[in-house]
Amino acid sequence: MPVFSPDAVRASAPPDLDRRLAAAERAAAAAMPSAEEEVWRYSRIGELDLESFVPGRARTTVDAPTGVQVAHGGELGERIDDGDAVDLFHELNRAFMDAVVLSVPRGRVVEQPVVVTHRIDAAGTAVFPRLIIDAAEDSELTVVEQFVSPDGLVALVVPRLEVDVAPAARLKYLGVNMLGSSTWSIAHQRALGARDSTTLLATVALGGDYARVRTEARVTGQGASTRQIALYYADDTQMHDFRTLQDHAAPRTHSDLLFKGAVQDHAKSVYTGLIKIRHDAKGSQAFQTNRNLTLSSGAWAESVPNLDIETNDVKCSHASTVGPIDEEQRFYLESRGIPPEIAERLVVLGFFDEVLEQLPVGPLAAQLREQVGAKLRRRAS
Amino acid sequence: MSTLQIRDLRASVAGTQILHGVDLTIGSGEVHVVMGPNGAGKSTLSSVVMGKPGYEVLGGSVTLDGTDLLALPAWQRAQAGLHLVMQYPSEVPGVSLDHVMHEALTARGRATEGLDELLEAEAARIGFAPELLHRALNVDLSGGEKKRNETLQLAVLQPKFAILDELDSGLDIDALRDCARRVEALTNDTGMGALVITHYNRLLEALRADVIHILVKGRIVASGGPELADQLERDGYAAYVPVAEDEPATSGSLDDLFAL
Repeated sequence: MPVFSPDAVRASAPPDLDRRLAAAERAAAAAMPSAEEEVWRYSRIGELDLESFVPGRARTTVDAPTGVQVAHGGELGERIDDGDAVDLFHELNRAFMDAVVLSVPRGRVVEQPVVVTHRIDAAGTAVFPRLIIDAAEDSELTVVEQFVSPDGLVALVVPRLEVDVAPAARLKYLGVNMLGSSTWSIAHQRALGARDSTTLLATVALGGDYARVRTEARVTGQGASTRQIALYYADDTQMHDFRTLQDHAAPRTHSDLLFKGAVQDHAKSVYTGLIKIRHDAKGSQAFQTNRNLTLSSGAWAESVPNLDIETNDVKCSHASTVGPIDEEQRFYLESRGIPPEIAERLVVLGFFDEVLEQLPVGPLAAQLREQVGAKLRRRAS
Repeated sequence: MSTLQIRDLRASVAGTQILHGVDLTIGSGEVHVVMGPNGAGKSTLSSVVMGKPGYEVLGGSVTLDGTDLLALPAWQRAQAGLHLVMQYPSEVPGVSLDHVMHEALTARGRATEGLDELLEAEAARIGFAPELLHRALNVDLSGGEKKRNETLQLAVLQPKFAILDELDSGLDIDALRDCARRVEALTNDTGMGALVITHYNRLLEALRADVIHILVKGRIVASGGPELADQLERDGYAAYVPVAEDEPATSGSLDDLFAL
């Protein structure tokens, strides 16, 4: 029997069986995506042999401070949204998911972050974590979600994130990819921001073999704002692939995006971003900046910004760059007597600092900065 | 007592020869000023001596107390005791001035205890806002702040020789006076020698020149005492620029083009 079949779902006897079976049926009928499709352009999807994995589970821990309700798998009931399927991986996640729901009640401000950690340690498994975050009206919450696997572990992670930010709520999310060098990740994120809400979606990607994050940040209520930031840094033969959508569906909404990445050795990265301003979204502002450093001649980065604007009276801009370390910056530091390798480290860390200093969790930012420095030292010259 | 010696220095940029044999000898504590019309090669001279990429040395030598600087990369020239105050200091996002000074001293094997206090004191001395010490280098700084920053670094690193490439461009009269005074004090207190590239006499009101050199078409065509600067202020470069020879259309602005 095919590995990801409805029978496989039945065999694991999960709660919520009927709807999982329905998703598995749809997955069985869905075609494997290919790089021929625009949404998978530049990706390494053609290298993925899904049948070489078996369904498995990540070891997931949730560390939540007082004030946050945490629900797991079986208690979900009707809370899972089955509509709006995007592709095969969405259906597979629905069929095989391990879900965690975090809710913060109306008006509640939670200072300490919730930390959700998924550890993948069984070779040959595909795991399907789903994180659902409900921030009720005028609440405030910070969530960190970490993905960890050992180097050399061949595994596939298909995470899905669903964020619902109610009117005037403030949510900060940080996803951290610390996967090993042989683990694949194909992630999908969707955030909905209601009236006057504020949403920060942050990503730090240092790990993985091929790691893709597709993010849809939609502002659905007047005055809502989203901010997306990312730091990604690929070395050896890693590839990081980002696809973002800033979707404005209501008037006077605001979105901002800053993605900064680096590639070295033979690594690759792709950023493809779309700003979509729908007909009703008059008076909106949307900004998008993607900057990439190519630190080795064998490394490759691509940046593809797009705009789709259906109304007047909006303010939009996008900027993107791909290139080596700025010669002028390097010379400036070297002319102070700083050796080239230190000058480069300063410039690269300085380049990433703009993102690091905006991360919602300060202590983690210092640790990530260390990891960036370590990666830079590993660069084959 | 140290000596910076430039001998018959010839160099080109993008295949065009700019320096046609420059000779200069600067001793500790001396201030040598190089003046000249646009396109004479003033900025090229400073870039070539410091080792900025993009310039090709065609011949000649630059030595600091006998060390062949042209054989060294820029960072080793700096460690040998040379410093370039840039006309257009680069912005380096995310890299703070205090961090760079820490790395620069460490790379020289020099102590960094008391660096914070030294930076504060130098900032106060030169009118540089102390909070800027911890901000990214030159990012969002005004012209005057950038040149105060450059001068402050000079005071911290205390090189044997400094090249000041148009220290006086892009800053107001107060900042100019503060920077020039600090450089003058360094020449007196630490014996720093200075190669000063400028268009204007105003800088020389607070920074006392020992020798004025006139650079035209990549050669030093005249040298003299401070009175030479006054004479240039009055009469211009006409006496030094050959009338018969028309300059090629591009060379007049070449310096500025490459300085950017």
